[in-house]
Amino acid sequence: MAGTGREAVAGRLPWVLVVPAGLGLLFLVLPLAGLLVRAPWATLGERLVEPEVLEALRLSLVTATVATGICLVLGVPLAWCLARLSFPGRRVVRALVTVPLVLPPVVGGVALLLVLGRRGLVGQWLDSAFGITLPFTTAGVVVAEAFVAMPFLVISVEGALRAADLRFEEAAATLGASRWVVFRRVTLPLIAPGIVAGAVLCWARALGEFGATITFAGNFPGQTQTMPLAVYLALETEPEAAIVLSLVLLAVSVIILASLRDRWVNSP
Amino acid sequence: MTLTAALRLTRPNFRLDLDLEVAPGEVVALLGPNGAGKTTALRLLAGLTRLTEGHITLDDQPLHDLPVEKRPIGMVFQDYLLFPHLSALDNVAFGLRCQGTGKAESRRRAFEWLARVGLEDHANVRPRQLSGGQAQRVALARALVIDPRLLLLDEPLAALDAHTRLEIRSHLRRHLADFDGATVLVTHDPLDAMVLADRLIVIERGQVVQEGVPADVARRPRTDYVARLVGLNLYRGTAAGHHIKVDDILFTVTEHLEGPAFLVFAPSAVALYRTRPDGSPRNLWQATIDGVERHGDNMRIHLDGPISAAADITPAAVAELDLTPGQTVWASIKATETHAYPA
Repeated sequence: MAGTGREAVAGRLPWVLVVPAGLGLLFLVLPLAGLLVRAPWATLGERLVEPEVLEALRLSLVTATVATGICLVLGVPLAWCLARLSFPGRRVVRALVTVPLVLPPVVGGVALLLVLGRRGLVGQWLDSAFGITLPFTTAGVVVAEAFVAMPFLVISVEGALRAADLRFEEAAATLGASRWVVFRRVTLPLIAPGIVAGAVLCWARALGEFGATITFAGNFPGQTQTMPLAVYLALETEPEAAIVLSLVLLAVSVIILASLRDRWVNSP
Repeated sequence: MTLTAALRLTRPNFRLDLDLEVAPGEVVALLGPNGAGKTTALRLLAGLTRLTEGHITLDDQPLHDLPVEKRPIGMVFQDYLLFPHLSALDNVAFGLRCQGTGKAESRRRAFEWLARVGLEDHANVRPRQLSGGQAQRVALARALVIDPRLLLLDEPLAALDAHTRLEIRSHLRRHLADFDGATVLVTHDPLDAMVLADRLIVIERGQVVQEGVPADVARRPRTDYVARLVGLNLYRGTAAGHHIKVDDILFTVTEHLEGPAFLVFAPSAVALYRTRPDGSPRNLWQATIDGVERHGDNMRIHLDGPISAAADITPAAVAELDLTPGQTVWASIKATETHAYPA
């Protein structure tokens, strides 16, 4: 029987693969377990409500959410253009969009400073014309996070757009829908799951953003000190506080993973 | 609401060249094998594909320069393409909303149409939960509620099972009879075309090969494809009086014709004999059996020889004559069972 033959093959564990796989899993899980083991559970409650922690958490949540909003407003149309329009140099544009994905965030921060800094290419104009200064402000945090997180959204939404059945849009057009109505009433609802997944990823990336933020926006408590920055600072002065902050970020990550489980964890 | 169109499309491996005229209230079916260009013709009319050349005029108004959404059309797609995120009611109301009708009014009129297609109980159901026949009716209501002047139906019954098909076919026929605009219907099923259409246009490889009212097309096929569709043996020969010469066989027919002519006869009219029949019946030829297969209650014998033909005989006769592939038989057809017409 073919069935038994297959079971016999499956029964012999391929140790050459299983052993490194187990080590790999351990390597990923052990640090997280260490975090849980070393957490100061007894004083966790009071540490969590310390003003600095709450302030960093609030700032992180607000900036990550605003950054995600900006990414949605700019990134969804960008994804649409990449997926639906054919124009010369589209491949180059797609490559450019994904650059922040592979660029070291610190480099991104430096680049942002050069362009949007007070003496930067666009920054000096923003300053003289509107009196807007981005570096080392809360708005600067949002800019840095959006810069780093937008590719996640664009890639996810573009994938959803490419997978969507174009004929629904054709059907809508025969019913008299203009391009904008088609986009708003047919395309967007059809790719909504992809947008949600992209936004969640984008938000998670913005929440964890460190390098570009500290370079472009600095590290001022209450103004630009987000959770990851607070963790880094606390590690030098008060390691236990760093663990507590890390636990909070870990909890957020787990919640995000759980909310996306159908999409990412259960996918074949 | 007369539609006149000259549809010309040139693609690397395909050319469509189709002239079309549809009167108000008339239903024209484009019939043809897969890849003949039927759906392409429909997409050209809708504006989903651009004409290479030609024109589309509806009531003296040129359509070919208008974008899809500006054309006064209603289209039913082969797999309906109901919007999965909207209820049946909102699917039907979609076109009205696009025309700028208010939400409440759109829904009221959409509901009226759902009632007309007998689905008022399914107004709030999502397309996923509708059966094939119900989805087809919602798609029809969605296309008709916007009061189109040109209705386009792409294989409207192809996605249905045999039983539902019968029911939806007569349902569709009623609605097409009520519709006062021009209708162009695409199908590869001759029965759908015959039942639903006032006139058939048969296209093969992007060209019109035959055109006419269904009964005429069924009686006088002009290509092998049409002959197969309507289940007739078709030959092209040369007529002289009551005789038509097809290859080396001289057929006697009842019609009086001269010059190139078509000859058709039904497979059921063919008689088969193991030995040469006595006397000298006309229209007799010797053939080799190429294959035997079931065909309804009868057996269909495929004959090879000077002409290839199909013959339908009863299973009892097959057994009696001991007909097996490779065997030689005599075939004959009565002159009164043939039909001949100019080619």
